[in-house]
Amino acid sequence: MLAEYFPILLFILVGLAIGVAPMLLGRLLGPNRPDPEKLSPYECGFEAFEDARMKFDVRYYLVAILFILFDLEIAFLFPWAVALNDIGMAGFLAMMLFLGILVVGFAYEWAKGALEWE
Amino acid sequence: MSLAQLLSHLRALPEMVLLAGACALMLVDLASKSETRRLSYLFAQGVLLIAFCATLFVLSESEGKRYYIFYGLFVSDLLSHVLKLFAFITVSAVLVYARPYLHERGLLKGEFLTLLLFALLGILVMISANSFLSLYLGLELLTLCLYALVALNRDSAASTEAAMKYFVLGALASGLLLYGMSMIYGATGSLLFTDIGPQTAALAASSSSMRTLLVFGLVFVVAGIAFKLGAVPFHMWIPDVYHGASTAVTLVIGTAPKLAAFAMALRLLVNGLPALAVDWQQMLVVLAVLSMALGNLAAIAQSNLKRMLAYSTISHMGFMLLGLLSGVVGGNRLNAVDAYGAAMFYTAVYVLMSLGAFGVLLLASRQGAECERLEDMKGMNRRDPWLAFLMLLMMFSLAGIPPMAGFYAKFAVISAVVQAGQLWLAVAAVAFSLVGAFYYLRVVKLMYFDDPAGVAVPAGGGSARWLLSVNGLALLALGLLPQGLMALCQAAIRSL
Repeated sequence: MLAEYFPILLFILVGLAIGVAPMLLGRLLGPNRPDPEKLSPYECGFEAFEDARMKFDVRYYLVAILFILFDLEIAFLFPWAVALNDIGMAGFLAMMLFLGILVVGFAYEWAKGALEWE
Repeated sequence: MSLAQLLSHLRALPEMVLLAGACALMLVDLASKSETRRLSYLFAQGVLLIAFCATLFVLSESEGKRYYIFYGLFVSDLLSHVLKLFAFITVSAVLVYARPYLHERGLLKGEFLTLLLFALLGILVMISANSFLSLYLGLELLTLCLYALVALNRDSAASTEAAMKYFVLGALASGLLLYGMSMIYGATGSLLFTDIGPQTAALAASSSSMRTLLVFGLVFVVAGIAFKLGAVPFHMWIPDVYHGASTAVTLVIGTAPKLAAFAMALRLLVNGLPALAVDWQQMLVVLAVLSMALGNLAAIAQSNLKRMLAYSTISHMGFMLLGLLSGVVGGNRLNAVDAYGAAMFYTAVYVLMSLGAFGVLLLASRQGAECERLEDMKGMNRRDPWLAFLMLLMMFSLAGIPPMAGFYAKFAVISAVVQAGQLWLAVAAVAFSLVGAFYYLRVVKLMYFDDPAGVAVPAGGGSARWLLSVNGLALLALGLLPQGLMALCQAAIRSL
């Protein structure tokens, strides 16, 4: 039983080696002569223009969340549509229930103005 | 699926009503423009009332029998009906208490009502769970709503911090619980408690390595339960969340979810894993003693009332665990009805007390003058004698002073512990209750014997005041005549 896992162990070892070896070689073989100028942060060769922690519009976050929700819904709908003949009325009703709950959420976000960009 | 099969699903009618009601509430609230949210509020109360009646209907229709629906995922027995009825009453009272407070602070939004109803739906699903899957589903529905509720006051740094802490620790606890569940599933090959019960008994007897695996899973499951109950050493979130959330949300967290946590412990341990009772009883002993010790001692040092009540919750949950752990003695289940019945009675009474205590805080708070420090209670008797008297009833009940219901609840649990032959546990429980009496009585002393500090703010009135009076007097009445509720709890346990 344990022997069946051997290929997986092999994969892990090879993966680790490929990841670690170049960095290790670079560190061992490459020249390493740091000075303050080299270590200071830069952006396209110049001094850093602004802080890395940028402010971004929270609306992107909202859109991302909504996208995930409705994307998942599609992920459920595809297999359901394919198997509809086999699962019968119970399957149909269950999905209608699910869609109904989603529609309530959709109506809510629409009315709250979450879908308006400006 | 035949019609009879379809109709059998109507045993989940309370959940269906609540789900439909919560969805409809979300849409109704969109149309409502008023600040007082009168329409949404009445709608929510109406949904609760209909769901309450639906539970009564299912209860009367079941004729005391037990039914499994949704392929065994959902159990409908007397225990679930009784706990659901408690939960509806609790949430309805929460709405009444919280509404004026939230309205004054501009927090009375449709989201509060909707999230509260969805949290209640999670509670119902947990109460009726007969499988790891449905239990976890209910748990997540409940806690996700609670995270959002804690963060409802999003401009307050304390609230968002509390929500963040609650979320991170809650995710960790869910992880622990799931890990334990997966272990037990791996050993037994079933997710249904009704299958796991006999399976574990056979497995635990068959080989010691199997038993080790099961106990390994059990440890994680117990840790998950302890977190949801807030038992030491999994209590870290309770003081911060109680303190950080706005008092109305603390009221939500401190009441109905305790019923769900009790049901979860009962279903998982007593229904699912009775064969491992010896093992989980030992774990619960540690949790119970530590909770009572730390809860009562740490509460003394608090100057914030909400924090004090948070530590008091921890100690009370420890006390409730005492009832849960004394049900089985050496494989003998004679004590089970008394012990679990006492634990259920304790939980129900605790929910009533917590409802009342936070209710008083809500009523005594005004915009700009939150009533949440101990000093704020000073001279309450002169400002508002009736409210002070109600707070006195709550504090006496929490401390376990006769003739309040809190006394009888403690008495029932301790006598179950004595019957189980765990004398030292009973002595410890009494000793820690004595320690606990100090900080409850301190509140009474501040209210009655100290001069008011600062300006006197009149307490609010209206329906919340009426209900609070009923709440306080109910505790007194239950203390004098506990037999009815106790008989109900024991009958519910017998249906398990």
